[in-house]
Amino acid sequence: MNVLVDRFGLFASGFWLTLQLCLLAAAGALLIGTLVAVLRISPVPPLRALGTGYVTVFRNIPLTVVLFFTAFGLPALGSSARFLAIPGLDLLFPRLGIDLPYFRFALLGLSLYTGAFVCEALRSGINAVPTGQAEAARALGLTFTQNLRHVILPQARRYAVVPLGSVIVAMIKNSALAGFFGVVGDLSQTAESLVSAEGLPLIPVFVGISIGYLIMTIPLGLALDTVERRR
Amino acid sequence: MTMSVLYDAPGPRTRRITWATSAVATTAILAAGWLLVIEPLRRQGQFTAAKWGPIIDPSDKFFPLLWNRLGQGLSATLEAAVLAMTASALCGTGLALLLVQLKSLARRRYSGMSKPVTLGLRALTWLLTGVTRAMVEVFRGVPSVITIFFVGRGLPEFGVKFDDTLWYLVIGLTIYNSVVIAEILRSGMEGLPPGQREAAASLGLSASQTNRMILFPQAVRIMLPALISQLVVVLKDTSLGFIISYEELLNVAKTATQVLSNPIQMYFLVGLIYLTVNYSLSRLAGYTQRRLARSRRAIPAVDVVPALPGAESRAGTGP
Repeated sequence: MNVLVDRFGLFASGFWLTLQLCLLAAAGALLIGTLVAVLRISPVPPLRALGTGYVTVFRNIPLTVVLFFTAFGLPALGSSARFLAIPGLDLLFPRLGIDLPYFRFALLGLSLYTGAFVCEALRSGINAVPTGQAEAARALGLTFTQNLRHVILPQARRYAVVPLGSVIVAMIKNSALAGFFGVVGDLSQTAESLVSAEGLPLIPVFVGISIGYLIMTIPLGLALDTVERRR
Repeated sequence: MTMSVLYDAPGPRTRRITWATSAVATTAILAAGWLLVIEPLRRQGQFTAAKWGPIIDPSDKFFPLLWNRLGQGLSATLEAAVLAMTASALCGTGLALLLVQLKSLARRRYSGMSKPVTLGLRALTWLLTGVTRAMVEVFRGVPSVITIFFVGRGLPEFGVKFDDTLWYLVIGLTIYNSVVIAEILRSGMEGLPPGQREAAASLGLSASQTNRMILFPQAVRIMLPALISQLVVVLKDTSLGFIISYEELLNVAKTATQVLSNPIQMYFLVGLIYLTVNYSLSRLAGYTQRRLARSRRAIPAVDVVPALPGAESRAGTGP
């Protein structure tokens, strides 16, 4: 078990990198998911079809395929996703700006994939608002935008918190795949290199890595359970 | 709430506006698709016969070999998926019954036994409850990739060796998914109206009979949508087999790209295959669900949708 103590720095930096990836991917997924959700409830049929298509595709293919696309497909196209090295943000998250593109690829894949699920969580929130609310707003003569802005969305936000949280918890766990797609130094890649390259005993490494993920997933899960029970 | 409540049935003017916006939007989408996707791909020479030939051209020399290998990969994927689904369903059921059973045992006072025996039995119950809860929380919170990786590496080290990596994948998937399924079933059983348990008790059924014969069947029916989406997750997660070099669909494709050097085309194809299989699975599940809902009034017809791996743990409380 003294592997845990000896290599504490390595585990800690792995945790920190995974946390960075998760924060950025959560932001990206929320952005994409909101956009797609707007598309999906819009009154214009082609936009709706676009949103539905996006969700169907990304919900039915494994994240692994998405990551293969970003990690091996994008380089074949000569892209290294430099556009993610947003000025200012790359000072806070140095991995965004470095030459090795795999962090950006993983971030892109994770955000695109999770975005579809965020869209569905938001939509389920909107669906949970009782029909009478929208009908009453229509009866008062509110327009589509006013209806959404003043009546539906404020209530939908409350219903969407728990499903959104579950999506984020799942995303944190999915981020473990990044380590197998060239991201160096996150929790899962740390596990792999400690076990494969250095041949350290498995159980302490597993315990250390698990603690790293559980620190993120369990408190979030408990918080969501509390929010849900209070309602 | 249906989306149509948000706006009125369109009148002639709104219809005209919608038509115009639709036309503009379609043009914009197609133009963007052309400029941002098709054109760069074409400029990179991604539409050449050399890249697509092995996939779509039967006269290509790689065509028969490639499709043969992809077929093997797909059947390996399905094999792992079916095994893992069955095993997770069985273990998940067992674990759910154990969790609920331990909870009802914790309420028992063992009256009529001597004090030390009572205390011992209650301590044992608490201990078992603690251990199972901890196991559930840990394996639910750790990514299934990590579980599969450590099963693939760890079992051989502890002397459990298989000739086929299939079994490591199945065990890894089962550990993760049976815990999730157990949680779904448990929350289903605990979410039932208390009258069910009380009625069973007043009929003289024991706690375990109540759990097995009264609560469990109802929980399965209520939780069917969540359970089926979890099975779709299992199918998606078999693609993690590449980590322990199990020769499933994705791994086959990956190997093929090393020879054919057409990653974009190959992963496009693999994505399409997964999309078809998963989409038909969820459609089938939705159909089954609606059929069941029609025959038994009890189940609301909920859309069965593929879920995000790991996002279902809280799907529990609201059917």
